[in-house]
Amino acid sequence: MAELTYRGAVARAIAQEMDRDPNVVFLGEDVGGAGGVFKATVGLLERFGPVRVRDTPISEQAILGAAMGAAMTGLRPIAEIMFADFFAVCWDLVANQIAKSSYMTSGQVSFPLVIRSGNGGGLRFGAQHSQSVENWAMAVPGLKVVAPSTPADVIGLFAAAVRDPDPVLFFEHKGLYASKGEVPDGEIVDTLGTAKVLRTGGDATIIALAAMVPRALAAAEALAGRGIEATVVDVRSLVPLDTQTILREVSASGRMFTVEENPRLCGWGAELVSIVAEECFNELDGPPLRITTPHIPLPSADALEDMAIPSVERVVSTIERAMQS
Amino acid sequence: MPASTDEPIEATGPPGIDPSTLHRPDGSVDSATALALYRQMVRMRKFETRAYDLFMQSLVKGTSHLSLGQEAIAAAFGEAMQDGDYTFATYRGHAHTLARGTSMTGVMGELLGRSCGVLTGKGGSMHLTDVSHGVMGSYAIVGAHLTIALGAAWSAQYRGEPRVAVAFFGDGTTNIGAFHESLNLAAVWKLPVVFVCENNLYMEYTPIGTVTAVANPAADRAGAYGLERILVDGNDADAMYLTARECLDRARTGGGPSLIEARTYRTSGHSRADPGTYKPKDEVAAWAAYDPIVIYRTRLLGHGVSAAQLDAIEETADSDVETATVEAKASPPPGEDMLLRDVWSDGGWSWRN
Repeated sequence: MAELTYRGAVARAIAQEMDRDPNVVFLGEDVGGAGGVFKATVGLLERFGPVRVRDTPISEQAILGAAMGAAMTGLRPIAEIMFADFFAVCWDLVANQIAKSSYMTSGQVSFPLVIRSGNGGGLRFGAQHSQSVENWAMAVPGLKVVAPSTPADVIGLFAAAVRDPDPVLFFEHKGLYASKGEVPDGEIVDTLGTAKVLRTGGDATIIALAAMVPRALAAAEALAGRGIEATVVDVRSLVPLDTQTILREVSASGRMFTVEENPRLCGWGAELVSIVAEECFNELDGPPLRITTPHIPLPSADALEDMAIPSVERVVSTIERAMQS
Repeated sequence: MPASTDEPIEATGPPGIDPSTLHRPDGSVDSATALALYRQMVRMRKFETRAYDLFMQSLVKGTSHLSLGQEAIAAAFGEAMQDGDYTFATYRGHAHTLARGTSMTGVMGELLGRSCGVLTGKGGSMHLTDVSHGVMGSYAIVGAHLTIALGAAWSAQYRGEPRVAVAFFGDGTTNIGAFHESLNLAAVWKLPVVFVCENNLYMEYTPIGTVTAVANPAADRAGAYGLERILVDGNDADAMYLTARECLDRARTGGGPSLIEARTYRTSGHSRADPGTYKPKDEVAAWAAYDPIVIYRTRLLGHGVSAAQLDAIEETADSDVETATVEAKASPPPGEDMLLRDVWSDGGWSWRN
């Protein structure tokens, strides 16, 4: 067991999988010589060489097309899209090509590839470098969607994603890269489609993802001081989705709160609320509540961005108010 | 049978082009290959003609894009490519799929939405794929598959396998970003890929010249990526075949990518819905007189191939098309068990527990 940063976990995860399987290759902008703009891939070029770690031009379509073509012919590529916002310039490859081709070809081709990307806000980068876009991916049949919140989960879920036979979009949170956590020694492999219960409490169930997980945990601590005991669930994987854990934990407390960084409409929490409403409505003691970024582009100024993204204080006050009503 | 057709190719040139600007590949086409090229083109022509008839009978639903008049290009690559090479086609890809040896019944069945289709009816006319014959897919978003071909070529290069990826596309594709991203990366990584622009003069309904900054939409851009300018007569099966072989050889031996612009003409409309009335009559007439199959038949007869031999090839193709049509019509539509299959590679579609 050792402490590792989230960004260090990314590099360790990629190295773990490249060490294990010579068919794993890695491409993206500035991923090699520069070690990644977030310094999350430092040392990989030196360790695995320029044939397996390839710097590309600023060509997101070519990056994902190359990953797709390589995956359908026997390699297991890892592609980086530097900022998740840039998915908008190569979404054809993601949503039309990679996601659909197994189905359209009646299973003739498959795509064992991982697209990792820096997602989310909080770094004052403004509206085009800060979005949480995991719900874009969640809306497309044929994609698996993962968003870890801790260094240990980064490694375990990344390994599972690389070994998965289907395309996985792996959303790393930019605001978490500097965070630290305990990571076991040796190989780590986790399971996609498994949520994690991080804290239990009988009064409310808070469901969060990525950078909202530490905020949910902090909010739960604060709520405990005010007499409200909350369970915190880290969803971790949106597709496949661990609905059993979510239904169980919501049923146990009777109150459901999602904490979502994405703008309001069609966030992942909306799907969870609809599943809960359909399948355990009678276990609810009050309406499910979604705590999200308002339906706006993210502003740049720190004062405004902090107002937009759900804060610990907003989570606490929203839940406290709801529990009192 | 002629001994060989090794005299120089008479590249009279397609209408509207100065023949001296055309690429003149080295080498000659042996007689067996010449007959194979003829057979390929005739099969494509007869298949597409039947497909059109079936649209008219409403047996083919949705849309479909024919390559009538453009057969020499797909035929040439079908003969020049090797087993193990990768084809990436467009939504106008029936001919390119047949060229690799895919079953005609499988293609016809796919157009008709029947379970005997190569994709069991789940892809349709625009997405023909037959991995067992190296057809890695037909792609219906303009430009996408050029990037995907990069990956197949990269994979071959990575493993040191002598495989080449070939991406076919229309003139309209030369104005989308994916085209330029693909050429640049292919050149920088020296990938074994051949990009084949089938310039049929029309971007859907719009004359390509009215929306493109250069006269030859692919060839005039080659220099920007450090590639040779190759403008070839796409209606001359021999010129196409020799050019294909030259570029495939270059890719296979580590020489990197090529960009070919094959000048041809789409004698049908863009799609099922398009009668092509916007084409000038004299242009249509000039190209009708420069039909790739007529040119080739005349050339083969001149080389001493008997009319009976060529007629036999045509009769066999007629019979193959008829058999494919009968078999496809007799095949049942895909059942409900297919609906939720193959979203994931384990065959399933589940997104939750």
